[in-house]
Amino acid sequence: MGLAKRIIPCLDVDNGRVVKGVQFVDIRDAGDPVEIAKRYDQQGADELTFLDITATHDNRDTIVHVVEAVASQVFIPLTVGGGIRQLADIRRMLNAGADKVGINSAAISNPEFVREAAEKFGSQCIVVAIDAKRVSDQDEADKWEIFTHGGRKPTGIDAVEWAKKMVTYGGGEILLTSMDRDGTKSGFDLALTRAVSQAVNVPVIASGGVGELQDLTDGVKLGEADAVLAASIFHFGEHTVGEAKQQMARQGIEVRL
Amino acid sequence: MRHVAVIDYGMGNLRSVSKALETVSESAEIHITSDPKHILDADHIVFPGVGAMRDCVSELRRLGLDDVIREASQTKPFLGICLGMQALLSYSEENNGVTALDIVPGQVRHFDTQRERSGNDFKVPHMGWNEVRQNISHPLWQKIDDASRFYFVHSFYVDPTDAGVIAGTSRYQHEFSAALSQENVFAVQFHPEKSQSAGLQLLKNFLNWDGQS
Repeated sequence: MGLAKRIIPCLDVDNGRVVKGVQFVDIRDAGDPVEIAKRYDQQGADELTFLDITATHDNRDTIVHVVEAVASQVFIPLTVGGGIRQLADIRRMLNAGADKVGINSAAISNPEFVREAAEKFGSQCIVVAIDAKRVSDQDEADKWEIFTHGGRKPTGIDAVEWAKKMVTYGGGEILLTSMDRDGTKSGFDLALTRAVSQAVNVPVIASGGVGELQDLTDGVKLGEADAVLAASIFHFGEHTVGEAKQQMARQGIEVRL
Repeated sequence: MRHVAVIDYGMGNLRSVSKALETVSESAEIHITSDPKHILDADHIVFPGVGAMRDCVSELRRLGLDDVIREASQTKPFLGICLGMQALLSYSEENNGVTALDIVPGQVRHFDTQRERSGNDFKVPHMGWNEVRQNISHPLWQKIDDASRFYFVHSFYVDPTDAGVIAGTSRYQHEFSAALSQENVFAVQFHPEKSQSAGLQLLKNFLNWDGQS
């Protein structure tokens, strides 16, 4: 027995409140990040990821308070993404109790930022988030490109090559989201996940498309992901993290039970 | 009132460590400090750390904390965590070689990044929840099941000269030391402050420990 594959619930936070309908049956306040984080912790979540989607710059501090509050009561690793553009942003999140930060568009506009961040804070806390979309036709060799602005804007950057480059710059983990699958509940893009996981020697988190528990297992077994991230499958009380782990364990995947 | 000093030398986030200690402490006062006097006056010492070894050692020297840690590690219940564990060894391969504090004789080595892609364990850092086998019975393992999982994130591991100091082992690429015990010093490669109930129990055990194994 050795290292377990990880299940990571993801929470979207807007102005300090969790949005996108988290609905536990017996929770008092379904928007409170601390209550939701505690619930996932009790279910056996291996880590938590918070994505700050606060639109206005003035309210960016709210995520810092969320991290502080959660980190005071939940003792598992926390990752924060969204709006990380400067070294000062990273320091604030780490000081608030985050263990890792997700860097997405700032890496694309300035790859050196990833290098500086890894040198300053260590690769272990730098997660490079990649939003990729398939650009090859069915009869062509697989090819995915990085998209920004919620999947609307192509960059012309090859996703697999970008992942390799980001690791050489010091990224310690890749959070890989398929923009084709995100929100579709049709499962991870397994070919994309496998291509990136085989191309880099750091852990890869699969994201985007989970609709049922088997999708998580497939992400690990067929996609070769080191961790799987999901939101709605857990938020709406369809399944608990514990159920997901039992299902993975039955199919021979090592998990923390 | 017992005092616990969490040593602050600018490497990584100490808030999680001190919050976790506060959560399990019934009566102790937790201080994050870089003041040598506070550290030497404390009853328990926690030496955490995240980051690179060269920066770690140079910051400790700059703040005059290397000798303070040497002294404290001789006398009081002392817990090293992650980089705080590695810094206790003699020498690290990190940053082209760094001489460390030499409190526990041995080396700090890098995991192999050139392994076969077919293996599941070639990725570095070793990141996630791994089982820890308890090699010895020790007050810090009390009420923690053997082979409990703890959260790790590291690219280097300790290789002590005297295998007798190994208190726990894990497996990644090969077996490595996940915990060391040397008199009043206990040190762990994993992060108890991020290892949920097993980690909190270990911290609670540490606060209740008198430094005798």
